Amino acid sequence: MTFMPKPKVAHPSLPKNALGLTRREYEGALSTLCAGCGHDSITAAITEACWELSLEPQNVVKLSGIGCSSKTTAYFVSGGHGFNSVHGRMPSIAMGANAANRKLHYIGVSGDGDTLSIGLGQFCHAIRRNLNMLYIIENNGVYGLTKGQFSASADIGTKAKKGETNFQPPIDPVLLAMTLGATFVARSFSGDKRQLVPLIQAGLKHRGFALIDVLSPCVTFNDHEGSTKSYAYTREHYEPAVHADFVPLEREIVADYKEGETLPVVMHDGSRIVLRKLESGYDPTNRVAAATHIQERMKEGEYLTGLLYVEESETEFHDINATPEAPLNSIPFEALTPGSKGLEKILARYR
Amino acid sequence: MTTSTPNPADRRVNDFAIKIATVNGTGSASANTLLMKAIFRSGIPVMGKNYFPSNIQGLPTWYEIRVTKDGYVARSGRVDVMVAMNAETYAKDVKEVSPGGYLVYDSTWPRPALLKREDITVIGVPLARLCNESFNGVRTRILMKNICYAGVLAALLDLDLEIIRKLLAETYAKKPQLVDSNMKAIQLGYDYAKANFTCPLPLRVEKLDKTSGHILIDGNTAAALGCVFAGATVAAWYPITPSTSLMDAYKAFCDRTRVDPATGRKNFAFIQAEDELAAIGMVIGANWNGARAFTATSGPGISLMNEFLGLAYYAEVPAVVFDIQRVGPSTGMPTRTQQCDVMECAYAAHGDTRHVCLYPANPEECFYMAVQAFDLAERLQTPVFVLSDLDIGMNDWMCRDLKWDDAYRPDRGKVLDKEAVQKLEKFYRFFDKDGDGITYRTLPGVHPKGAYFARGSGHSQYGTYTEDSTEYQIVLDRLMKKWDTAKKLVPRAVIDATAGSDIGIVTIGSCEGAIHEAMDILKTHNVHVDYMRVRSFPLSEDVERFLAAHKLLFVVEQNRDAQFRALLTLESAVEKSKLRSLLHYNGMPISSSFIVEGVLAEIRPRDLASLKDARASA
Repeated sequence: MTFMPKPKVAHPSLPKNALGLTRREYEGALSTLCAGCGHDSITAAITEACWELSLEPQNVVKLSGIGCSSKTTAYFVSGGHGFNSVHGRMPSIAMGANAANRKLHYIGVSGDGDTLSIGLGQFCHAIRRNLNMLYIIENNGVYGLTKGQFSASADIGTKAKKGETNFQPPIDPVLLAMTLGATFVARSFSGDKRQLVPLIQAGLKHRGFALIDVLSPCVTFNDHEGSTKSYAYTREHYEPAVHADFVPLEREIVADYKEGETLPVVMHDGSRIVLRKLESGYDPTNRVAAATHIQERMKEGEYLTGLLYVEESETEFHDINATPEAPLNSIPFEALTPGSKGLEKILARYR
Repeated sequence: MTTSTPNPADRRVNDFAIKIATVNGTGSASANTLLMKAIFRSGIPVMGKNYFPSNIQGLPTWYEIRVTKDGYVARSGRVDVMVAMNAETYAKDVKEVSPGGYLVYDSTWPRPALLKREDITVIGVPLARLCNESFNGVRTRILMKNICYAGVLAALLDLDLEIIRKLLAETYAKKPQLVDSNMKAIQLGYDYAKANFTCPLPLRVEKLDKTSGHILIDGNTAAALGCVFAGATVAAWYPITPSTSLMDAYKAFCDRTRVDPATGRKNFAFIQAEDELAAIGMVIGANWNGARAFTATSGPGISLMNEFLGLAYYAEVPAVVFDIQRVGPSTGMPTRTQQCDVMECAYAAHGDTRHVCLYPANPEECFYMAVQAFDLAERLQTPVFVLSDLDIGMNDWMCRDLKWDDAYRPDRGKVLDKEAVQKLEKFYRFFDKDGDGITYRTLPGVHPKGAYFARGSGHSQYGTYTEDSTEYQIVLDRLMKKWDTAKKLVPRAVIDATAGSDIGIVTIGSCEGAIHEAMDILKTHNVHVDYMRVRSFPLSEDVERFLAAHKLLFVVEQNRDAQFRALLTLESAVEKSKLRSLLHYNGMPISSSFIVEGVLAEIRPRDLASLKDARASA
């Protein structure tokens, strides 16, 4: 960790967003992770994305489970509430919180152990409900806090720091999410901020469950020769397939994309993501074809990155539940209770 | 409750028990409910208990109806009329009839073996033949056979057919053709009984006026109503017997009262979770975010929720959990009743945790305690359990009308709004400003200054992560101070010390009805006892006084391990040697005779012997 806490005073020349806030106001507590941890880069990308989107800090809700990744919710947007829950159960906290107030931005940060082992069930069911949240997996293939055990995302043949080889097949969150009907599925790399920031922005604007699986090497336990989740290996084997640029509502598209190679996707609030295909024959709007393509490339040892699948028309939890636009936690009590007259009517059935 | 001396001569009018043995999935529930409601509508207090299997169709099931002019709400332990409709259980059912009682059975297939007992009267009615001659279709014939025995009982017990007709008309308001067919079946049985037997029997009903101002309702329905009236907006659960009907009822009431007719939008969120872990997670998330949220479950569900309950205790998040207790351990007997989660709920989760528990005794109290649970959870910022059980939750109980005070407003506890947060120099989530152990909380989305990090890991009174021993301990000790505050807020015990005895009966929850009756019976043996029903954990301040004031205390509860007694010894200064357990844990609701015998065995062994002799010779 860095031992010099930054003072919370902003230099007057720091750029301000539409709310008049600087990036500093989207930062959080000092990180206690290892120096060089991929997670800190993701924290920086989230900070940047929230600042650029001019989100009201108090409207950002940060949720996590247990593990190194789950600590990071304390490290960004200190003006938003955070809930560091129990191991693998963050999605249910998110579901309840979202049910109570649908107007806030829910950012869940989890790890590969938290999501793919102990929390696999809740992860799957949050996708099934199309819970409106951004779900980031900081994926490093290893249990860090308990010193280097393989996680469920470890590839076959990858080597642990102490030399042990993994023989169990990995669970890939991207393919799993696509199978379960997720409406926004992305993969990125903590070392690629240019790709990651617009993905986070798009995920935050997506109506429904937005998954970003971010490869985030563990410098202490999984960055050695023989590991398939090291910085070096990741740089070599992660292939951008679709680049997504996020275009806020107020900004004109000034992209220099060639016709036929770009695909604008309109988000529910009118903002857009413009997808640029970098991989020929890849279609990020065709669930079956995209999943097949990802798997084919995986066989060759390549991991496609970018916004791999997006579908903006799906109904999210509140549409299915038919909740009102106003948050449930703001409905006045008088509108919730049938009163003594209502009770009399109800009791007639029990006489 | 009136006190009466049970007298064999007059017991038979408006004071007897009927047990009906059928096969589940054959429509007998409708017939039994019809009978029970007809008695209730005749102005006679009535109790109904359903003993059903964990099965959809084909296994034995029993229904017990007790007609009780004195308004007792528990089982007496007697069976005066047995309706034996299930060949598989004939042998057992015949044995159970009390001497001098009656056995009604389907004589389409004569069963001479049934006539073995000479101390009972056997009434054979060819129910299947009557229905086969009058109805078409296998399913209809089976269903109508059950309605038909209700007709037989109507004649034998002198029930008013008009009341039955009216009940059927109400039940099948949308399918009038069913009123006619059901009434036809009733009439078949009724006419056959009238033509072939002396009707009514010496035991019969006579109209009274003792049910006005009362309703027949089950505890799960009443608890669900409480949630609706308390303003709960988020309900998350995983289906489990015997709690599911609470959630079904909540949804049904909300569909009727919480949907905007113009837009179809619902002022509630109803979430069927993937398991109980997720259900309690959702409840915690919603409460943390300012909605009143609850779940309903049973023992196995509480086991799964433990980790989250510890989090809610330590991170100080309100939550309301209804535990409709069933028989354990493990899967146990899912459709039978017990009070076996007393300890599990009181100290759920690892580490030093303790939880507020409320113990309703009947559906009426389920309604009021549901509302109270939300107020306590938000005032104390902690999980609150309502420990009902299958007997309260799924059986129809005669209760006083539920009342609602329109002046009621929810107690949302110490929640700072935007203006209050703005005025603060700095917000400290766990700082005990008022000295009552309860700190101030803020909701997400209100103001950046109010933001804090809820966590289950060690934290300081300022809301920051800590591994500092002193800081950790300050918070843990303050939680204990909050517990002391809780003692003043939880419902007090129900105490009846009018006997002025140095002997007391102490209990919780659904044992109450049986104890009331037992106390009346004990008076006839010249045994007068005081009574206390504890209604909450932490133990309210009056509990200690009652325990201290009595020399001998019978602790009545429905589990093997005397869990409530253990709780008393752990959490009060009571001397262990003063406590005698009366433990009923076979899965059937506790009966008054069980308590009478238990008390007499301890203090009047000779009375108990003569009581048993009298029964044997009756």
